Amino acid sequence: MDKLREQIRRIEAGGRVSCGFLPFGVPEIDDRLPGGGLALGALHEVAGGANGALDGAAAALFAAGILARTHGQILWCLSRRDLFAPAMALAGLHPDRVIYAEGGSEKVILACFEEGLRHGGLAGVVAEVAKLPMTPSRRLQLAAESTGTIGIAIRRWRRQTEAADFGQPTASTTRWRVTALPSSPLPVPGVGRPRWLVELIRARAGECADFEVEACDEEGRVAIPAKLVHRPAEAVDGRERAIA
Amino acid sequence: MPATKAQALIAGLVMHEADPEADSDALEKLAVWMQRHYSPLVSVHNPDGMILDLTGVAHLFGGEAAMLKEMVRKLVAVGCGARIAIAPTYGAAYALSHCVASPTFVLEGKVSEALDLLPVTALRLPVEMVAGLKKMGFERIGELNTTPRAPLALRFGPPVGLRLDQAYGRVSEPFDPIIPPETPHVRRNFAEPIGAAETIARYVGVLVEQLAATLEVKGLGARKLDLVCFRVDNHIQAVRAGTSRAVRDVKRLTKLLTDKIETIDPGFGIETMTLTALITEPLVYRASTSVLGEAEVKDVSGLIDTLSNRIGESQLYRLAPVESDIPERAIRRITPLSPATGASWPPHWPRPSRLLDPPEHIETVALLPDHPPAAFTWRGLRRRVARADGPERVFGEWWKSDAERNAVRDYFQVEDDAGERYWLFRAGDGEDHKTGSQRWFMHGVFA
Repeated sequence: MDKLREQIRRIEAGGRVSCGFLPFGVPEIDDRLPGGGLALGALHEVAGGANGALDGAAAALFAAGILARTHGQILWCLSRRDLFAPAMALAGLHPDRVIYAEGGSEKVILACFEEGLRHGGLAGVVAEVAKLPMTPSRRLQLAAESTGTIGIAIRRWRRQTEAADFGQPTASTTRWRVTALPSSPLPVPGVGRPRWLVELIRARAGECADFEVEACDEEGRVAIPAKLVHRPAEAVDGRERAIA
Repeated sequence: MPATKAQALIAGLVMHEADPEADSDALEKLAVWMQRHYSPLVSVHNPDGMILDLTGVAHLFGGEAAMLKEMVRKLVAVGCGARIAIAPTYGAAYALSHCVASPTFVLEGKVSEALDLLPVTALRLPVEMVAGLKKMGFERIGELNTTPRAPLALRFGPPVGLRLDQAYGRVSEPFDPIIPPETPHVRRNFAEPIGAAETIARYVGVLVEQLAATLEVKGLGARKLDLVCFRVDNHIQAVRAGTSRAVRDVKRLTKLLTDKIETIDPGFGIETMTLTALITEPLVYRASTSVLGEAEVKDVSGLIDTLSNRIGESQLYRLAPVESDIPERAIRRITPLSPATGASWPPHWPRPSRLLDPPEHIETVALLPDHPPAAFTWRGLRRRVARADGPERVFGEWWKSDAERNAVRDYFQVEDDAGERYWLFRAGDGEDHKTGSQRWFMHGVFA
């Protein structure tokens, strides 16, 4: 059976070499992704849910968290000037690593995106786009495959009605939607660690899934919140030690 | 006027020998400077002028009018009084610059309006011809323009008609751009004019190869390249490409130039192409060291060059922290290849991933002085605040302006029922009206 799977994988790859995978470090998510993580050398799409479709705040931070765990320079293609770099630094993406490119139009941004993916010297490329038709997305996917650079398209629209565009098929390997959820409860008044509903809407050779996660920490890692019934592992350890 | 007469008129007149050669040298030097700063096509017009072809250049300076202002400012700064005019034809620009004192910019289609009132001396005609025209009663260019040509040509020969047509843009004018001495320069003439994009690209490759060989002998790398195509109909098309570091790599330079091929209009064909490395810097071979355990730093300067030639240098940047508590002042742009600063923003302070600039005014229900709002209305939607954190008080930077001496902002991080997190602030401390208007603003969206 395993041999057959291997054979099928080889046929599907069509001579392309896999560039490796970037695990989230969270078994619940990594188990659902073919290869055990986000494929490097591939195009991934991230959009925000609800109001996030317009501001793309959570989507940008989710992308920053992924890229914070890579090594090397990042190219970030912007369509609007509202990205706030200190927040990216809080998610582990050091300002020295990020080169910003401001494109006037979607076409220019896609061209910069592709140029960045084809170059091969970058760790990752992010572009904020509204429309991503099939042909450009295939070009981007091929460009990413040729160099092993991870490409993340943050889908961001001007109007809520345009967000239906996210249903259109593209050549991207995975597709995510990140929606803000009420933050982790604290024993005192205040805002706890932010939580997101992360939906894996599409994964090539994989299945859809959704996860409720705690937002990126200072190293860009997301975490699955500890359920009250199970108790966080550390707390259990601590108590046992206290008893012993 | 004889010198003695001038001395009799003005007491203590200081006299210098005319030195046309030195003047011409100085003019050439200025032309080279103009070429570096403004346009690849500069031609010296002896004894006292120069012509710049600004086709496709002005937008880099924010339009012709802004460019004109900038040029005058720069020239005054280096101690040159200059009279400048920008016009669709060389003839018109010459006439305007010699007869209108203030810097002038004339649009396409407004040429005749601007020219008609100028005196005939502005037409670049020999002195005796101008005198002859004046004797016949012609004072202004407009009068000359409406006169039948045949008698004029009979009396003065073809120059009058030619200069008129050149000024009004009815015939084109040859342009002889300067090539600054000692800059690496290669040239290729074609037996048959070329026009296809592929052919142009191929010869760009050939020229770059030759230029790279020249540069290698001198140990230089190119920072700025000018590709000039001379068309069969005497028009000149120029392409300029810049690099962020000295480069001699044939492939990379060829790519930078061929990326811009679509901006070249070959017309009826190109008969000569020249390639000049306008700005060069020493480039020496460096031994690549391999240090065990150190991550290899990949060179992205090639990508930076490609992108900055496509979208413009100012659109490509990195951000570096500034020590300021005011969020919009906490970042500054640096060039993408500047050395790593190693600095980051202070951790532990929550900062939104999208910052609204300028902050948007919101309607709130809040207890003063130091409670977060209980509800707020932003962009027409009312949101109830479920949780909040704050305030984080930010004081105005009194050393920057007097208006900020007492200014205070209180920032709150709030979360609404749906779980969306926002960054709000109140202008003022909630008690004292000196500290601000006490109005509330939305400043950012958290993830």
